[in-house]
This record gives sequence, structure tokens and C-alpha cells, in this order.
Amino acid sequence: MPLSDRSAQISALYQEMILDHYRRPRNKGELEGADASVAMKNPLCGDEIYLHVAFDGDAVRDLKFTGRGCSISQASASMMTQLIKGKSAAEIEPLRDRFRDMVMGKADASEDASLGSLRSLSGVAKFPARVRCALLAWNALETALAERSG
Amino acid sequence: MNRRADFPLLAANPDLHYLDSAATSQKPAVVLDALREFYETSNANPHRGAYELSVAATDRYDAARATLARFLGVADADCLIFTRGTTEAINLVASAWGWRNVGPGDEIVVTALEHHANFVPWQQLAIGRGATLRICELTSDGHLDLDHFRTLLSSRTKVVAFAHVSNALGTINPVRELVALARELTGAVIVCDGAQGVPHLRVRYDELGVDFYAFSGHKMCGPMAIGGLIGPRWLLETMPPYQMGGDMIEFVHDQTTTWNVLPQKFEAGTPNAAGAVGLAAAADYLDAIGMDEVLRHERELVSDAYARLAAIDGVILYGPPPSERSGVVSFTLDDVHPHDLATILDGDGICIRAGNHCAQPLMRRLDVSATARASFYVYNDKSDTDALIAGVLKAKEVFGHAAV
Repeated sequence: MPLSDRSAQISALYQEMILDHYRRPRNKGELEGADASVAMKNPLCGDEIYLHVAFDGDAVRDLKFTGRGCSISQASASMMTQLIKGKSAAEIEPLRDRFRDMVMGKADASEDASLGSLRSLSGVAKFPARVRCALLAWNALETALAERSG
Repeated sequence: MNRRADFPLLAANPDLHYLDSAATSQKPAVVLDALREFYETSNANPHRGAYELSVAATDRYDAARATLARFLGVADADCLIFTRGTTEAINLVASAWGWRNVGPGDEIVVTALEHHANFVPWQQLAIGRGATLRICELTSDGHLDLDHFRTLLSSRTKVVAFAHVSNALGTINPVRELVALARELTGAVIVCDGAQGVPHLRVRYDELGVDFYAFSGHKMCGPMAIGGLIGPRWLLETMPPYQMGGDMIEFVHDQTTTWNVLPQKFEAGTPNAAGAVGLAAAADYLDAIGMDEVLRHERELVSDAYARLAAIDGVILYGPPPSERSGVVSFTLDDVHPHDLATILDGDGICIRAGNHCAQPLMRRLDVSATARASFYVYNDKSDTDALIAGVLKAKEVFGHAAV
């Protein structure tokens, strides 16, 4: 691939929305009364996400995260918490699948309004080495939900 | 002198700035040719056949060992065991020597600079045998704290293990001083991780004073999955084998087995003969340049890179000054995560490593989760540094448009 194309993909990856969530993460911190806390790490680069979830029936009443890592992992976690708050497990599953398909380049979900700000992470699809970063918080959420449903 | 042309991958990608040689080096044509030539002219199973071709394969394999022994200053070539690399070499010592000789109440001394390959085998040996792992801390500029090192050593110390050169910071450790202290205060076996030593320094094993010295071929222009362990004959002969199988046996009776002599005793199964031949070609390639010239070239590049990175606002550099390190520079930039920095540099064809460099104990002590690491080798030149600096400035710009 010509370097000029690669350079354009870099600009597409690091959108202002991502850097904003990286530097001003939403829902970051401990969650009092959390029903589940899941640690998810990427040993390759040292990214860490600790996801804290409070349930109301099978719905996510509230969720927050702590941890540290690259802009992609932290922004993805921040945006995910905004989108997921108040949603039921049945509502979360298709969102997770659409987001996963988008960052893995299997589907163009960048116009899918249901993903909200997470659409800004569509550029990740061009960077296979960064897909794990984008999915870290989502994998933590999946584990929390699986533990909930037993 | 432009050595880039010697490396087919680099010659085919003129825009590529490969600055990750501490992870693995590129391979010169002479090494790739040696691999192909072995398979085309001498391929048979060494030590097995009575036919001429197998004898030729055996001769090539033995000649490769002799070349490596010469290159590394080992008079007794039978004491150079071919392994998959440094990791297997250290595991060999920890398993074959460690489990027999380390017990409850004993101590193992390692350092906070170690790559996981020279840390985890000792940690697990300590756990498994009821021994205590003791860790030598660092000074603020990334050297081993020799005063602390001294306090860790006693008659209880059974193993002292340290890197020749730190993979994460490039620090060249004072092997002579470490050996002198260890010999004075302990009866320990001394293990040196030479993975980052052999590619960059002139190594004379017989003069170093360590017991075991482990190295990898793929970081010194050689193929992957070939490296070695050098040890003293008296120790190697008393150690049990590490793996069992073909080639390492003498007589297999129904209920017992006797072992082959060195080096075969520690080389179970069909050896990586082609890899050894390729590695010998790599040693000859570096020898022709001269290891003193290799280090001089790296120092020149790393000094320039260090100074220019230090001049960038927001860059933090880790480790000792360039005059006391090999061709590695480890750094961070503002709040740009090293993984993001590596992706942005990749956009301009610049390959660096981002992460914990398989040295999590060190990263904890530096209080970072990751650093960016650029490492230079024989084929790099100033244009690679120019690209690196431009890339770092670009990353600043990309991350600059959202206010901190």
C-alpha cells in the first residue's frame, strides 16, 4: 500500500471524537453497588480495563470503568458505557455484534446511527493490530453479562 | 557505508524505516542464501545416515558450531549447545541445573532489568523449590544498583542471573563487576542473558567469567528459532538432559538409558541444522563488519536520536546516556500512548516497538505501562532517525488538535 494512503488512514483513525473521549473519559471511576467487576487486559501493549456493572433485572442499570491504555481502548470504553447504560441484554447483543463487525472490517456500520459516537472508531478496521484495543471494553461487558446470566 | 542493500527486505522496501531490531533483526542475503544452499546441497539428517549426504549435513552442522564458537570466544566448541534461542537456553539451565541444585531456603538473584525470559524461569524455579527470588533494583538513570546487588548476595545464593544488555533500555551491564561480586560473596552459578549482547558487542565467553551464556540468532542477522547456550564442561557434564529423544542417547536399555556426550546430550531430536548454517553465515557477516564497528555505528545513531528526541517538548527518555548503551532508545511522548505513537509512525513506514518489551517488572519500576522503543542496527542510517523525529512530531500534531 502506498504510504500516502496509509497516512490518510491514520487521520481517519484519530478523529477528534476519539481523542476527546481519551482525554475526557465519560463514566470513568468506581461504581458503588456494582454487581460485577471484570478485568480485561491486553498483555501485548499493557492496556487494562476494569468494567464495573450494576444490573436491574437483565438490564444494565449503570456501568463505569477504570484502567489505563491507548486512546482506542479508553475511548471505546468511554463511548460504550454511554451507549449501554439502561439497555437490556437483548438490546446490547446486536449492538455489540455490529460494533465488532465494524472494527473487524466485516460490515460498514459507520452510518449505523444505533452505534452513536462509536461510529468514530470505524477507522480501526484498517489497523488489525488495534482491533483488540477497540474490543477490550466490549469483551469485559460480554464477560459481565455472561456471569450475570450464569 | 550503505549496508541496506545487503538486506533483501529493506532493499525491496526503500520507504521502510525498520527500527525494531531489538525484537528481531532483518536478514542479509548471505544468510538467506546459506539456508537455501544447505537445503539444496546438503540436506539430510545429521548424525543419522552412513551415506555421504548425511555426512555432509553433519559436517556443515559441526562447522556452523565451530564458527559460532570462534565468533563468541569459546575454546571448547562442544560446550556450545544449539537451542531454539535464548528462551530455551535459559529454561534449559533452570530445568536441568536448577531443579537439581536449588532447594528450600536457597536464594536466586535476578535484576529488575530482565526480560521475562530471564525472570519467569527463575521465579517459577523459586516457587517450585521453596527458594526465595531476590531482585536487584535500579538507579534512577537505569543502571543496576551495585550497592543493592552486593547486599543480596550470600552463601544462600544459588543462582545469579542478569542480562548482558537490557532489551528495554539498552543499558550495558558491567558483567565483570557483577561476576567479581558474585564470585566473592557466593558459590552461585552465574547465568547471563546475551540476547541483546551478542548482536551488538564483541563477546568473548571465555573471558567474561560467567558460567552460562544464552543467545539468540534472529537478533544478530540470523534465522529465527536458532540460538545457543554456552556453559562450562564440568557443569554441563554433571547436568541431566533437558529433553529426551533421538541423538541425545548412547544406549537405551529396557529400563535405563545412558546419555550421549556434549553437545548432543542437550540436543534431542533432529537439530535445526539449516538454522545453524544460516546463523554461522550471520556471524561471518557481522565479523566482516567488525563488532567494534557495529557498536560504533549504533552509538552514533542512537546518540543523534537521543539528542533530537530530548529536544522535543513532551518527550521523556528512559535509561542511561547513549555512551553507556547499545542501539536502543526508549521513550514516551506527552499523553500519547506508545501504542498510538507506533500506529502513527507505522503510517509513515516507521517500525518501532510499543509496549512493555517483555519486561513488566521494569515497567512497574519506571511507573509506566508501556514505552515506545526505537532500536538501531547495522543497516540503519540517519535517514531512519530523520523519519523517526518527523513521525514523533506528527504524532504530537495528531494528538494536539484536542486540547489536553
